[in-house]
Amino acid sequence: MKKKKFTIAVTGLNAIDSPGPGVPVIRALRESKHFDVRIIGLSYEALEPGIYMHDLVDKTYQIPFPSSGIDSLLTRLKYINDIEKIDLIIPNFDAELFSFIKLVDTLEKKMKIKVFVPTIEQFEERHKVNLEAFGKKHKIKVPYSRTIFSTAEIPALKDQFTYPLVVKGKFYDASVAYTPEQAANYFNKITAKWGLPIIIQQFVHGQEVNVTAIGDGNGNTIGAVPMRKTYITDKGKAWAGISIADDKLMSMTKKMIKSSKWRGGLELEIIKTAEEDYYLLEINPRFPAWVYLAVGCGQNHPEALVRMAMGEEVKPFKKYDIGKMFIRYAYDMIVELKEFEKISTLGEL
Amino acid sequence: MNIKKNIALSDSGFVFDPSSGDSFSTNPIGLEIIKLLQNGKSADDIKKHITGAYMTDGDSFEKDFYDFVNMLQKLKIADGAEKK
Repeated sequence: MKKKKFTIAVTGLNAIDSPGPGVPVIRALRESKHFDVRIIGLSYEALEPGIYMHDLVDKTYQIPFPSSGIDSLLTRLKYINDIEKIDLIIPNFDAELFSFIKLVDTLEKKMKIKVFVPTIEQFEERHKVNLEAFGKKHKIKVPYSRTIFSTAEIPALKDQFTYPLVVKGKFYDASVAYTPEQAANYFNKITAKWGLPIIIQQFVHGQEVNVTAIGDGNGNTIGAVPMRKTYITDKGKAWAGISIADDKLMSMTKKMIKSSKWRGGLELEIIKTAEEDYYLLEINPRFPAWVYLAVGCGQNHPEALVRMAMGEEVKPFKKYDIGKMFIRYAYDMIVELKEFEKISTLGEL
Repeated sequence: MNIKKNIALSDSGFVFDPSSGDSFSTNPIGLEIIKLLQNGKSADDIKKHITGAYMTDGDSFEKDFYDFVNMLQKLKIADGAEKK
């Protein structure tokens, strides 16, 4: 039987040392057994490598940065959709998700574009700023944290925290501070990049483990694969990792997806202590950049997302391969200046 | 002492702990000892086996054996106290 063909727009085509999930998501979609795809890349900058990967991305359009507002994003998406007739958009950046969630109704009803993302309530309640309340609500251990808006608040932190503590940006970046001076330094560095507020979180000693998962929006976990980073960059990103067997971690993931009725892809960042307690550090409301490991382990989460978005009933994956590794590498593409010129000036390639 | 049930062991001496993702390599004697422990052999059984099969005395074996099992416990490949 001939497979259906969907036109799917994907963001997150960047691949620096903190890579976006777009390229691995596209690889997963291209390997689908259920459908074929035409991939439309949505980029923010002309040097995102996915733009030039023509075997993965059929056509790329630049879109406005989230700071430009929802209206300018919608205008651009209307233009792109008039040409490409998009079936589905998969946003892959935390910072852009708010806009796409706000546009779900317009995209689905007026433009016939599906978007399978968390609800605005789910998106907000798992936010780093609200994570402690989220932990209480869903009965999941979360390190003590508080939000600060000025370096003047740092000296008083010693009354509530013991050093070291973690200084986190509202979207990205986290650094471990061992002294108030270091905390102030990281505060300034992170606010310069991501703005206020800054989240101060108690440092928990242990091993970091991560889960990539997908929920159907009704409380069911469609798939989940846990991983431990085996090679970490100086930004704390996984450059290599291995799938692991951890029943407690899996039940924690399922419990969280069940009680929040999570809709879409997500990544859980968790610390496992020597006493085998699990502390939830972060919930990223989209697939992680290492989501292709799940495909390698027998669970194609991006494919499952597309099928659910298209209204198909998708049964939960029952198993995954344990001990599968991913090892990331950097690859120098040779790009003609003409191509760079085209995406830089016309915003399309 | 028990070797954790889910530990995977290959004939080349590659040891994989699927719950942590950690992996280690051991030499042929280490591999033999881990296999004996997996089969529920006691420290005395293993001592008899190794001193019978290789040119080593009981005291040297014990010193190296307890170093080895301590390491297995530290690496969370084994738990509990070893059988006498």
